[in-house]
This record gives sequence, C-alpha cells and structure tokens, in this order.
Amino acid sequence: MIGIIDYGMGNLFSVSKALERLEVPYFLSENKGELMKAEGLILPGVGSFKDAMSILNSTGLADLVREYADTGKPLLGICLGMQLLFEDSEENGLTEGLQLLPGHVRRFPGATAEGETYKVPHMGWNRLEFLHSSPILRGLEEEYVYFVHSYFVDTDNKEAVISRCLYDVEVPAVVGRGKVFGMQFHPEKSGSLGMSLLRNFTELVEERMSVK
Amino acid sequence: MLTKRIVPCLDVKDGRVVKGIQFVQLRDAGDPVELARFYDEQGADELVFLDISASHEGRKTMVEVVKAVASELAIPFTVGGGINALEDMKRILRAGADKVSLNTAAVNNPDLITEGANFFGSQCIVVAIDAKYDEELGSWRVYTHGGRTQTGREVIAWAREAAERGAGEILLTSMDSDGEKKGFDIKLTKAVSEAVSVPVIASGGAGNADHFAEAFIEGKADAALAASIFHYKETSVAEVKAYMKEKGVVVR
Repeated sequence: MIGIIDYGMGNLFSVSKALERLEVPYFLSENKGELMKAEGLILPGVGSFKDAMSILNSTGLADLVREYADTGKPLLGICLGMQLLFEDSEENGLTEGLQLLPGHVRRFPGATAEGETYKVPHMGWNRLEFLHSSPILRGLEEEYVYFVHSYFVDTDNKEAVISRCLYDVEVPAVVGRGKVFGMQFHPEKSGSLGMSLLRNFTELVEERMSVK
Repeated sequence: MLTKRIVPCLDVKDGRVVKGIQFVQLRDAGDPVELARFYDEQGADELVFLDISASHEGRKTMVEVVKAVASELAIPFTVGGGINALEDMKRILRAGADKVSLNTAAVNNPDLITEGANFFGSQCIVVAIDAKYDEELGSWRVYTHGGRTQTGREVIAWAREAAERGAGEILLTSMDSDGEKKGFDIKLTKAVSEAVSVPVIASGGAGNADHFAEAFIEGKADAALAASIFHYKETSVAEVKAYMKEKGVVVR
C-alpha cells in the first residue's frame, strides 16, 4: 500500500482523492513505523520550506524519509515535497533539506537577464519537455501541467532532471534518481497527464509488490 | 511557456450553482461538480467558485461542494465569498480548494492576507479587488461588500499592498465593465498588471472571444475570468481558446 506522509503541510485531500480515482489503496500517517512498511511513499507539501523541514526534523519524519529512500522503495515528493528532497533552500533563510538529490532551491529572479520583469509565482499551465527516458514517463507525451510555485530547483546534475519546463529559467519539473522521484507541479491538479504520471508512480509501486 | 488562463466563474448559493440555467444538456445544471466537469472537459484552466450564500448553513455546505469538486476533478480551483478569518481559509483549503479569494475581509483587515500567506503560502491567497473609476480621483477606487461600499483606497496602491503582504494573485473586477459585455477594462487591467509582480486575473465585461485577446495582449492579464457568456453559451471555453491560438496568445 502507498503511504502519504501526513505532517500538517499539504493538500493531502487532493492527493488522496487522486489515488482514489486511480483505485490505488493508500493510507495517511505520521507514524514512522507504519510509513516505513508502505510499499511506496508520497511526500506532499504546500507552504514554506523552512516550516516543512522544521516539522519533519522535530517529528523524526526527515530521518524516516531518508531511511525509506535507502530501502529502494519508490518515493514521490510533490511540489514543496519535491523541493524538500534537495540539498537546501533559500526560502526564508537558508535551510537544509533532506539531501536525497543534488541541487539548491532558489527563488525565481522575477526579471530576465535582459532586465525584463515577469510574474512570480510561476502560476498556471506550462508544457513539459521530456529530457530522458524514465519509467515515470512511460507511455506519456509532452503536454501541459499545472504549476504554482515561487521557488525552483537549481541543479547542474543533468541525470536527475527527467523533465523540465521553461519559465525564464530552466525549471526541473520531474526529477528522480533510482526510485526517488519528485514533481514540481501538482499532478493531482494537472488533468489527464497529471493523472497518468501518478499512475506511472503507483505502477512502480505495484511492480515492486508483485516481484516481492 | 506559461499559458494564459481562461477561468469560468460559478456562483454557488447553499451548495447549488445559480445562473447556470442554459445547460440543458446536463442532467443537473445546478450541481457544482457537474458544471465543473463540463468546463473541465471544454479546457477551462481553472475555476472560481463564488459562495454567495448568506447563511451559516450555506457556508458549511460550501465545504461539501469543495470536497466533491476536489474528489472528482483534477483541475485547480479558487473559492471566494464569506472568507473572513484564518479558520475559514483552513476549512476551504483543507477540503481541497487550491486557493481562497479574500475581498472585503482583506480590506477590513489586511493582516489577514499576511496571516494566510504565512500559514499556507502566497500561492493559496488571492486578493479580489472590485474597482470603479473615480473621475475626481483620476483613478480607480476599491469597493467592498459586493460593490456596495466605497472605500477610501485607491486600486493600484491597494493591489501593491496586497501583493507585498503576500497575496499570490490579484483577481481584478471592473465594476464599470461588469455585465456590459463590451470587453474587459483594459486600462485598469494593464495599470494593475504592470504595478504588481504577481499574476492578475482580469474580470468583468467579457462579451466575446476577442475581449479575452485584448485582456491578454493589451491588458497584460495573466488570466481572464468570465461567468455569464460561458453559462449562457454565448461562447465556449473551447471557442475562446481556438481564437487565442489564432491571435498568437499561448493557451493550453
């Protein structure tokens, strides 16, 4: 079963309803023992990086996520949950992240190199560009998904960026290494492509369960 | 590239959509979920639900509506109307809405914007501004209570303050254009869009597809909202989007 980490930061309702629409069994929990037993884990997140890390650290859930990633079972961070997987973020003062993926979370500059200003947050539908093949993109075509964020992951690790979009800067949209994945947009709010991406993640979990 | 958004707005009273009477092909045109699905299928990028219930009971029903929409549809939506405190925001956002829209409450208590943004993040907080041109002022003035109360505030200054306080988006309604179907107030939209660093949704006055193109190209809006022309099928979201593509406006 898929465990959704319930740490008080995030749109748990929409993520869980999306899994229900996919008819995938899940549970919500803040209990480390229970979550560790899950066959796949989702780390949702809406709000600020600093607040989220402070809760994850004080509850011991940060350690749980790291240990879980070590097991090689599939893990998916969504939106802020994806950013938390990286080294650190400059949101509200530099804060260390879970450090599962290489890269730093920075604020959109709000002006191009030529000095032209643009809107922050990056809010709305942007088109995904697939950079390399991954089981998470299996059978899918480049389409639009829904983003809402003011910070993005800045990384020079090309391997980890599976898909990107452009919004002045290059925005890593789907990231991953091994079985650790992240989506910067909201797959649960991104129409059919979003649902298919979630489906691909849950299939990775199911495949793991069936070979066990 | 980020697309321009087309946003249908639904008025909900005591859990039922009002004004959507032309949807004869729907089983139940008053059902918010059914209408939301209808717009989703047409390619709506987002939805706004405005709760116009006057009663406490009606407000509670809105939470059920939010849950039902979030359960059934993979589309972002905003809920406005009757949100006066952090607790109201929690109820609506935890039920599955993506954003809440504050209007009168934000003017009366601007700290509410900051509180909401600190708690949920700016991306969840929309500040709705009802604007009307004031000849004497030579600019637009902010109105509250559904346009019934004139405030001393000037629109551009208020939009800037709202964004500084943490609003992630401005929903800007022109009271001068609203219901006229002669197009969005381009001057107002452009003025506000250029004044703030957050996205602006133009609202009020949509009468045809070309009006949307004007709002995006000349008005520099990031999104455009309309109610009656979609509800009464004078045009459709799909038609508007096809026209945007012709005009070179990037849409999904």
